[in-house]
Amino acid sequence: MPKDSGIGASSKRREDVRFLTGKGNYTDDINVHGQTYVHFLRSDVAHGRINGIDSSAAAAMPGVVRIFTGADFEGVGGIPCGWQVTDRHGEPMQEPAHPVLAQGKARHVGDPIAAVVAETAEQARDAAAAIEVDMEELPAVIDMAAALADGSPKVHDDLTSNLCYDWGFVEENKEAVDEAIKGAHHVTTLELVNNRLIANPMEPRVALGDYNAGTDEHTLYTTSQNPHVIRLLMGAFVLGIPEHKLRVVAPDVGGGFGTKIFHYAEEAFCTFAAKAVGRPVKWTSSRSEAFMSDAHGRDHVTKIELAMDENGKFLAIRTDTMANMGAYLSTFAPSVPTWLHGTLMAGNYTTPLIYVNVKAVFTNTVPVDAYRGAGRPEATFQLERVVDKAAREMGIDPVELRRRNFIKPDQYPYATPVAVEYDTGNYDATMDKLLEISDHAGFAGRKAESAARGRLRGFGVCSYIEACGIAPSNLVGQLGARAGLYESATVRVNATGSISVMTGSHSHGQGHETTFPQVVAEMLGIDEAQIDIVHGDTSKVPMGMGTYGSRSLAVGGSAMVRATEKIINKAKKIASHLLEASEGDIELANGAFSVAGTDKSVAWGDVCLAAYVPHNYPLEDIEPGLEETAFYDPSNFTYPAGAYACEVEVDPDTGKVEIMSFAAADDFGNVINPMIVEGQVHGGLAQGIGQALLEAAVYDENGQLLSGSYMDYAMPRADDLPFYAVDHSCQTPCTHNPLGVKGCGEAGAIGSPPAVVNAVVDALADRGVTHIDMPLTPSRVWAAMNG
Amino acid sequence: MVEVSMTVNGKTVSGSVEGRTLLVQFLRDDLKLTGTHVGCDTSQCGACVVHVNGEAVKACTMLAGEADGAEIATIEGMANADGSLGTIQAAFQEHHGLQCGFCTPGMVMSAAALLKDNANPSETEIREYLEGNICRCTGYHNIVKAIQAAAANMTPMAAE
Repeated sequence: MPKDSGIGASSKRREDVRFLTGKGNYTDDINVHGQTYVHFLRSDVAHGRINGIDSSAAAAMPGVVRIFTGADFEGVGGIPCGWQVTDRHGEPMQEPAHPVLAQGKARHVGDPIAAVVAETAEQARDAAAAIEVDMEELPAVIDMAAALADGSPKVHDDLTSNLCYDWGFVEENKEAVDEAIKGAHHVTTLELVNNRLIANPMEPRVALGDYNAGTDEHTLYTTSQNPHVIRLLMGAFVLGIPEHKLRVVAPDVGGGFGTKIFHYAEEAFCTFAAKAVGRPVKWTSSRSEAFMSDAHGRDHVTKIELAMDENGKFLAIRTDTMANMGAYLSTFAPSVPTWLHGTLMAGNYTTPLIYVNVKAVFTNTVPVDAYRGAGRPEATFQLERVVDKAAREMGIDPVELRRRNFIKPDQYPYATPVAVEYDTGNYDATMDKLLEISDHAGFAGRKAESAARGRLRGFGVCSYIEACGIAPSNLVGQLGARAGLYESATVRVNATGSISVMTGSHSHGQGHETTFPQVVAEMLGIDEAQIDIVHGDTSKVPMGMGTYGSRSLAVGGSAMVRATEKIINKAKKIASHLLEASEGDIELANGAFSVAGTDKSVAWGDVCLAAYVPHNYPLEDIEPGLEETAFYDPSNFTYPAGAYACEVEVDPDTGKVEIMSFAAADDFGNVINPMIVEGQVHGGLAQGIGQALLEAAVYDENGQLLSGSYMDYAMPRADDLPFYAVDHSCQTPCTHNPLGVKGCGEAGAIGSPPAVVNAVVDALADRGVTHIDMPLTPSRVWAAMNG
Repeated sequence: MVEVSMTVNGKTVSGSVEGRTLLVQFLRDDLKLTGTHVGCDTSQCGACVVHVNGEAVKACTMLAGEADGAEIATIEGMANADGSLGTIQAAFQEHHGLQCGFCTPGMVMSAAALLKDNANPSETEIREYLEGNICRCTGYHNIVKAIQAAAANMTPMAAE
């Protein structure tokens, strides 16, 4: 019997009402009295030397308040990078300066060169068009291999080369891996591309800076997944504003998918300029600007080798990757191809020896950083593709080959050779469930039916594991993170018993406002409607690291549980006083405190009132009030895992791929709201299928972004996608957080690309096709079929 | 400047706008009806869909001046008279047809236009009709389910 409230209930989302009636409060909906508008003049060349900027004509145009260039930011810090990777030789990565507005050179199409602040957005745009830039175009570096070649032009003149770092992991295993591959029964090799993507949340980025000269306080309204992180990075590293003078507000945010984690130049500009011009400054990105200024995702070129014995037992994996950083290091960019990628190369398998090499490369392209999954999709894609290819080469069924190598339930906790320890899992269980919900047994019949219609049908599977809720802080500090990765929560019980929960995580579609109260309501036995979530404002929430990496519930939810436990402990003390009983005898159930074994009880609301009107209260033992804060720093990652299956039909005449069905069997541990969890999987699947079949950020050899609008970048649309069959009934709860939850936001985007490609390759296997690089457009599929 | 006057959600409104002002800018900036969103600049995403004289229109493809004298309906006018969610809105909530909510106003307005012309659309018809509305959160699964449910809930009323 499904529950209708609390943990496990598919409570309807309370935030929906405002979104469905046009009452959402997105950043662009906010306007401040006296505000001005900024338009950024962006480089139209990928690489150029700025010999001069003449803005005199522009400055005289109607409505112009002030024009800024890089020279105005010479005393200001650059945009910082939040993660320092150490290379194979123990040296720190090369870390270039990243000015707010370009200084000396422009390094990608879209790099901001100047900014016009004017009375209206149209006046700012008109004036920007009148700025004369004396730009000397330089040879652009776009291709990663070319960027690493001797004599390549350099993106940053003051660095020794375009190599950001050459990372080896685990370096001590390198020789043993080489030996194992040399002596193996069979080695399957695959070269592949993980295509560059653009996150494209539907809400473009917006920044609105405001400054109060009377109090010397700055406010930034911004489309961010983590306002406290922006406050820290921008305040401490760019503008030198202490936290108590800087408020960052991220109100309703229209999707993030990673690209709204990072601190962007436009945020620093609007905050800086608001003080400089003495009026609020607002920037609203157009979609065209978003394509060339939002951090991109993925963009790896990889060679992977998998060594096996005669039974298909995996002996070793060696993988070499070039990872594109773009022109500057975005906030978490260096961590994505390294610690979020290399650590997942064991996948669901017992492979004893693994070596991962990653060369991160600067190019004259938009910076690349975390996008839904961030490193884990790249790891899963190469691993699950090479396993599928190995199965064909070894003549073993792809499902059977996976099963032979799965980590088994009695092997947990399982330490992989790539430095992580999986706490729990059951990969055979999710595979069994997958084969059931995808009707694997009926595939042969469906394939024959397709063949009768002249279509090629294929079935592809994928197993995945990911690491969510990245932690603990002392470990990530050793790995190069320049921040902690805890989360905070404050539970404020009001005098009448209603509750405000302040969380440092941030909802931009995930439904925190609904799921978080479900947890607190369950713990206290009160109605969910009495509890509200407060998030997205540094002036209301003590501290937070935000939402990404499927961390909100596993980390932020755990902090909320800890704070609620403190509330319960204090409330029991108050109740024991009111009931004149020993504290140890007080029980909390159904919103009332009672004395065990008696009919004496006091209601939740009466205890809350006593805390704030402490007439009858143990003032000598405890303080009045009922508000508690907890910081939670996890002891390990969580490890969601599962198995996905895709079934496709390929039209041999056109190469067009049609998804006939898609099934996902996930193990997310415990689930708070099944409806929301399924929705998260659906969205992830659409993005993964989009990557596999449709999406690609494409640059020409001069660094012009060819896929710079929705006319050119193929976003998945409703008629590209099927209904999905999803299941999360296989549950091995996380062993180290209080809710036993693992995170579900990224799984869909991680497991689906290899499932799609495996299915297409399966459909075309009889024609000798062993691999096609994503996206599997009709022309690529047709070309693969026709040699 | 151009003087414009139109009916928006049943109320007569007027304003003075630059010739290049788009209908969506007039709705958002002048009338403060910020439920209609702007998600792109190539008329692809559909976040700005409103009804103009009963037809679904992307409000970024029409000048405010062109809407002079028109009857406009926006997401702010889709609830029932008592403030409760209308049939399509309620179906979106019931079936979790939205996550971040940014594409949602356009989705609801497109769905309303579809169901006005086709009371019982097939799954394929719904998916094809939504070609001009991009959602990045839901994978469309629950949007299609919501529209199917709304159609089922509206049909008995139409039969009355």
